[in-house]
Amino acid sequence: MAALTILYFAWVRERIGVDGETVARPPAGTTIAALLDQLARADAGHADAFRERGKLRAALDQQFAPLDAEIGAARELAIFPPVTGG
Amino acid sequence: MGARLHVRVSEADFDPGAELAALEALPGGAVASFTGLVRDDGGLQALRLDHYPGMTARQIEAIAQSAAARWPLLGVTVIHRHGTMALGERIVFVGTASAHRAAALESCAFLIDWLKVSAPFWKQAIRRDGTADWVEAQAADDARAAGWDRT
Repeated sequence: MAALTILYFAWVRERIGVDGETVARPPAGTTIAALLDQLARADAGHADAFRERGKLRAALDQQFAPLDAEIGAARELAIFPPVTGG
Repeated sequence: MGARLHVRVSEADFDPGAELAALEALPGGAVASFTGLVRDDGGLQALRLDHYPGMTARQIEAIAQSAAARWPLLGVTVIHRHGTMALGERIVFVGTASAHRAAALESCAFLIDWLKVSAPFWKQAIRRDGTADWVEAQAADDARAAGWDRT
């Protein structure tokens, strides 16, 4: 079965306690937000990290994507707070 | 048109003088630059910058390319550090070279404004009392970057 790699950064990583994980690719049509709901139901750390959706940003295959985007055939999903570089 | 684009993401410090000299060697006549340093905002000991290794350089290159598409540039240099930086240390360098001062100055401002909101870095403030907290993104930074779309 195809796999999806999920990467976490900054306080998202700290709350979950790992810098990434691999999950089975969700069914066609699944959005990033729906996958976050599913992960949050299974684990308190994920629930804590994903509670404030307005403070989460995402990237699919290293391109920024809104949380309502479908995961589709992407191989890598990243979840992180709004960026603070520069 | 081939602007010389130079992007580097690294833990290592850099030499702004050497970077400026490389831009001055281009046949332009105008070089502008911005250097961002770790600022003491009261109680700060160091900044730690986390980043998304696969995405960072690609994202900065895309920003540099959009600057080169918008202004007549001969060269763009962007250096962004990650890791731990003490007070006063350099974090980021943006340099632009052009035949014209307006293009050099405006594109330099555009680059740093867009880096702040679209390069995947996260700053953590490490305080002298031993605590550490993640710096929150500022709505004003988003507004500044978005402002370039309207000009």
